[in-house]
Amino acid sequence: MPVTSTDRRATDQVAYLADRARFVRTETVRLTRIAGAGHYSAVFSCAELFSVLYYSQLRLDPTRPDWPDRDRFVLSKGHAAIGLYPVLADVGFFEPFELDTYTRLGSPFGDHPDMRRIPGVDFSSGSLGHGLSIAAGMALAGRMSGSDHRTYCMLGDGELAEGQIWEAAMSAGHFRLGNLVAIVDANQLGIDGFVRDVMAAEPIDGRFAAFGWQTHRVDGHDIPALLELFAGLPAAADGPPQLVVADTVKGKGVARMELSPDWHVGNLAGTDYDDVLAELEGRA
Amino acid sequence: MSTQDQSELFNGTANVGLKDARSVDGTDTRAIPAFVFGEELAHLADHDPRIVVLTADLARSNRATDFANRHPERFVNVGIAEKNMITMAAGMAASGYIPFAATFGAFAALLCAEQIRTDCAYPGMPVRVVGHHSGMSMGFYGTSHHSLEDLGMMRCIADLTVVCATDANHLRALLRLSLDHPGAMYIRLGRGRDPQVYDVVPDLQIGRAETVRDGTDLTIIATGSEVHPALQAADELAAAGVSTRVVDMFTIAPLDRDAVLDAARATGAVLTVEEGNVTGGLGTAVAECLFEAGARVPFRRHGVPDEHVPVGPPAGLYAHYRLDGPGIAAVARELLDSGKGTHA
Repeated sequence: MPVTSTDRRATDQVAYLADRARFVRTETVRLTRIAGAGHYSAVFSCAELFSVLYYSQLRLDPTRPDWPDRDRFVLSKGHAAIGLYPVLADVGFFEPFELDTYTRLGSPFGDHPDMRRIPGVDFSSGSLGHGLSIAAGMALAGRMSGSDHRTYCMLGDGELAEGQIWEAAMSAGHFRLGNLVAIVDANQLGIDGFVRDVMAAEPIDGRFAAFGWQTHRVDGHDIPALLELFAGLPAAADGPPQLVVADTVKGKGVARMELSPDWHVGNLAGTDYDDVLAELEGRA
Repeated sequence: MSTQDQSELFNGTANVGLKDARSVDGTDTRAIPAFVFGEELAHLADHDPRIVVLTADLARSNRATDFANRHPERFVNVGIAEKNMITMAAGMAASGYIPFAATFGAFAALLCAEQIRTDCAYPGMPVRVVGHHSGMSMGFYGTSHHSLEDLGMMRCIADLTVVCATDANHLRALLRLSLDHPGAMYIRLGRGRDPQVYDVVPDLQIGRAETVRDGTDLTIIATGSEVHPALQAADELAAAGVSTRVVDMFTIAPLDRDAVLDAARATGAVLTVEEGNVTGGLGTAVAECLFEAGARVPFRRHGVPDEHVPVGPPAGLYAHYRLDGPGIAAVARELLDSGKGTHA
């Protein structure tokens, strides 16, 4: 079958987004090395999500981080900020070299994102369970002010044990916040083990559906599938809020880390960094 | 507690609860307008599109209905989900609104302490958390509905301004000031039937205490619902020859240290009065200020001791803890008597 120019562009885009996902992972390892610790495996699960959102989906203008009509992105699983910072720098919110201060005394860049210090961070996060309420407030404010922007919120699956998530889910359904998109990075692991063992969150889509959400389920590492899903999300100021359950693998991309509870925040040492980088860059 | 005390506390008043028309000092408050909270914000919102009001199924209680009726498009009732309310308000604030999020002080400050710190104060969101029916003004509803700890908890949160409304006119002034005040605020309200201290809307400055009565022998530093009975106590003390300054310390954080130290210098004795647990609140803040400045004057924190209060109607509880006018006057005399030996 001949390759058309449209196919070529699509192929190029998928390749580009895959490259940016790889960039998210390698930068996360680099920053982890600076600090001696970092939530790398929780970034590896959502690297394709970050890539698709920031390089194809979100309506942004990095020269105007306070643009009222920009799409909002609330990283409720704030510990994945180590993977978001390089993206924000890469798309132009600040200079990449600023990341070299990561976690140093007085740096804008800590383990959890600080909206006061970092252009492009729409809200500070870190305490799990808060982000969906923040996003619901932003979505409600967007509708009140007549803006057509969307608010995206990324949650972890372990985080769904927090009760406030369900307060927010109930309110988003009740207020019909159709301009709100929640994305669950369902990477299956918390700190103490599998989410299904520690505190089962499934059926995530069924539970949100019962709260009045329109739900979608997708392989969170499948870039073409993510592109298709996001492109097809209905955009409505008044309609059911949208839930995307992204089935992912914590530690994705590094064989020893995939679905292993031993790799959450620490443990990387010595030659691990070079080994992990080599594997991520396809040199292993 | 003696049988006689119990009798005074409970007999004849046990059925009044929140419908009790008497205030802290026993004044008949039926002539006093109920909460002006919703009404004042409704007026302000006529000219300020940033104002939104949120509540958690308590609009009838806090009179947010007065706002909702006038500005339904800017009123949000989140149901009985206070944490979601505070954090949603922070999200709205990040989008340019000034949200007033109101619920009972017990739920606003105690249940939502982390949301206030992490989502409002830390990122500098101009959320106005309104904790009403604070202290033990919920009477026999009991400890679950009392907020005796809120001042102590809120004042140790960085970048959070903590203020108490003294009466209706004072609340109007605070709400107006809040519109251009930077960062997050906790605004503590009583039952909304607080006897009048200010006969007009006062010209306030957040962080600057109001001296509502001057005197030379003692200063009572009071806040919120205790300012009016403190004035009554000052009247009673005056009759006994004690000249009493009364300071309305309506801003708990940041504290007006100058007013505290001036009181110590000018009157030589300081009594703090608050409707709350004495641990951590106004009295503790004043004590820190005095001690760190080396001001060794007769001093006492007066409020609710570090205990859960018994069941009782509000007026009974105020009398029990000597937080009414006569009670405060008695505590003041004890303080002055105790100081005579060493500080005369």
